[in-house]
Amino acid sequence: MIKNKKLVLLFFSILAGLTVILTPFIGMETIPFDTILHFGDSSIKSDIFWRIRVPRVLIAFIVGLALSIGGMTFQAMFRNSLATPFTLGVSSGAAFGAALYVKMGIIFSLAGITGQTIFAFIGALITITIVYLLSKIKKGFSVGTMLLAGVAINFFFSSFILFIQFMSDFTHSFRIMRWLMGGFEVIGYTDIYNILPFILVGTLIIVLLSTELNLLTLGEDLAISRGVNVNRIKTILFIATSLMVGGIISVVGPIGFVGMMIPHISRLIIGQDHRYLVVLNIIFGGSFLVLCDTLSRILIAPAEIPVGVITALLGGPFFIWLLITNSNNNTTI
Amino acid sequence: MNNILFDIRNLSYSVLKKEILHSLSLKIYEGDYLSIIGPNGSGKTTLIKCLIKINKTADDKIYFKNVPIEKVTQKKLAAQISYVPQVNEQSFSFTSREFVMLARYPHLSRFTSITTKDRDAVRDALNLTKTTQFADRSLNTLSGGEKQMVFIAAALAQGGKVILLDEPATFLDPKHENDIYEILKTIHQKTNKTIVTVTHNINSAILYSDKIALLKNGEIVYCGDSDKITENNILQDAYDKKFTFIKHPTCNKSIILPEVL
Repeated sequence: MIKNKKLVLLFFSILAGLTVILTPFIGMETIPFDTILHFGDSSIKSDIFWRIRVPRVLIAFIVGLALSIGGMTFQAMFRNSLATPFTLGVSSGAAFGAALYVKMGIIFSLAGITGQTIFAFIGALITITIVYLLSKIKKGFSVGTMLLAGVAINFFFSSFILFIQFMSDFTHSFRIMRWLMGGFEVIGYTDIYNILPFILVGTLIIVLLSTELNLLTLGEDLAISRGVNVNRIKTILFIATSLMVGGIISVVGPIGFVGMMIPHISRLIIGQDHRYLVVLNIIFGGSFLVLCDTLSRILIAPAEIPVGVITALLGGPFFIWLLITNSNNNTTI
Repeated sequence: MNNILFDIRNLSYSVLKKEILHSLSLKIYEGDYLSIIGPNGSGKTTLIKCLIKINKTADDKIYFKNVPIEKVTQKKLAAQISYVPQVNEQSFSFTSREFVMLARYPHLSRFTSITTKDRDAVRDALNLTKTTQFADRSLNTLSGGEKQMVFIAAALAQGGKVILLDEPATFLDPKHENDIYEILKTIHQKTNKTIVTVTHNINSAILYSDKIALLKNGEIVYCGDSDKITENNILQDAYDKKFTFIKHPTCNKSIILPEVL
């Protein structure tokens, strides 16, 4: 842990700034700096930069930050680094909601929000409720059991998604599969508008409740005795996380492990005070996913690796490392 | 007679359909130093968890300053009552100062930051408990006794009139045990706070507290002066065991002598 927290935040802010500014130039087609200044003429390179790369970097950033603080919130509430929306099955619940919407073939939107997003949000919320009720049924439900329940929930929804795929025609099925890998290939500004309200609201709630998150990491009993209305705060946080996860999943598909790696590494760097931790997660998580996405563009160019594959390749070993290093300690954060 | 702080009226409480407390009644007065003792499973911890709504009770069973506690918000309750849980093996990577500062939560409002008053409260609490020396160390690096002191510092910084403690010294060595009881005595005398401890150690209850409440099977079987607990086979009946008593040479109170087997 580094003592000077403000310095850490400054350093990562600079890093994040550089990442966001520089990465749009990098890809299958490297874009020279002067081309982007020609707004008027529609040269292909300027088009690639402004219409494809910039929105893609922006959405990778906001998705990365939202996944990170969503993960951080779950880790604080369940008091374990392994407990994240992804590992507890919330992401697959959201994915099932979105897939169900696609399969049903109805198209609607509510106040500018697509039906797919609403379905994903509901899927996330239902799964979170299941997970929470499971943890409530028995006091002292161990985190190990929670994670196993998460695995079961994952299997359950994956099977449903497979079933939906099976019932769909070939092209449709491929689209669902590709979307399930998670990625930013077909992102435009409209996707950003679609996802932004969810992430803004969720982020704002979590930032405002960072002191409560600190108290929740002490355990429910202590948090209550310090004056936290635990049930209400947890409900608000669950809804905030569902909003973000649902919004993300419906647009870019499930992107795993970011919500586990970034909050954990951030905690090692800046400590457990969520007032700082949440800020580091925002700038670090955002730039991390932008970097992963840049890798996904250049590693096997001209083809692309779905970014969800890259994060999973990094996250799998990380998960196992966490399991090993924390095996003799139930509370790992 | 001092004012009544807690008035518990016919409180029953069940965990998983098993009734732990059976229509228990107890009054705790302002300025009391009360120890709650009793055999394993008699409901001691359950009882003090009810007092701060960690355990949610039925309406109109517990009154705090003549108001049913379910009508008081958690934050307002926390501003007046603080709680020290059983020493736990959990790890917290907060520093002692951060941890004690978190106890100021009931006095913070959402949009204002920490004030000088909060900082002063934290500093005073650390000073009184002599934990200033490890204020900037992570709780994980402290020994059981040091950690318990920091927990007591947090309870002090929380600023209420009552401190509830669950087994404050049970797993500590004799020196740290003494330190804890000494600091509790100081807190009780200097700041006139009401102290309620749950403990297994009958002797320390007799020696350090003014009153004792004895629980058996979820009912109060004795509540009164701590030095009278050794009279009339009260303990024998509660614990189902014979006790040998001896007068403490310096304070003239009867305490329990360990048995020779």
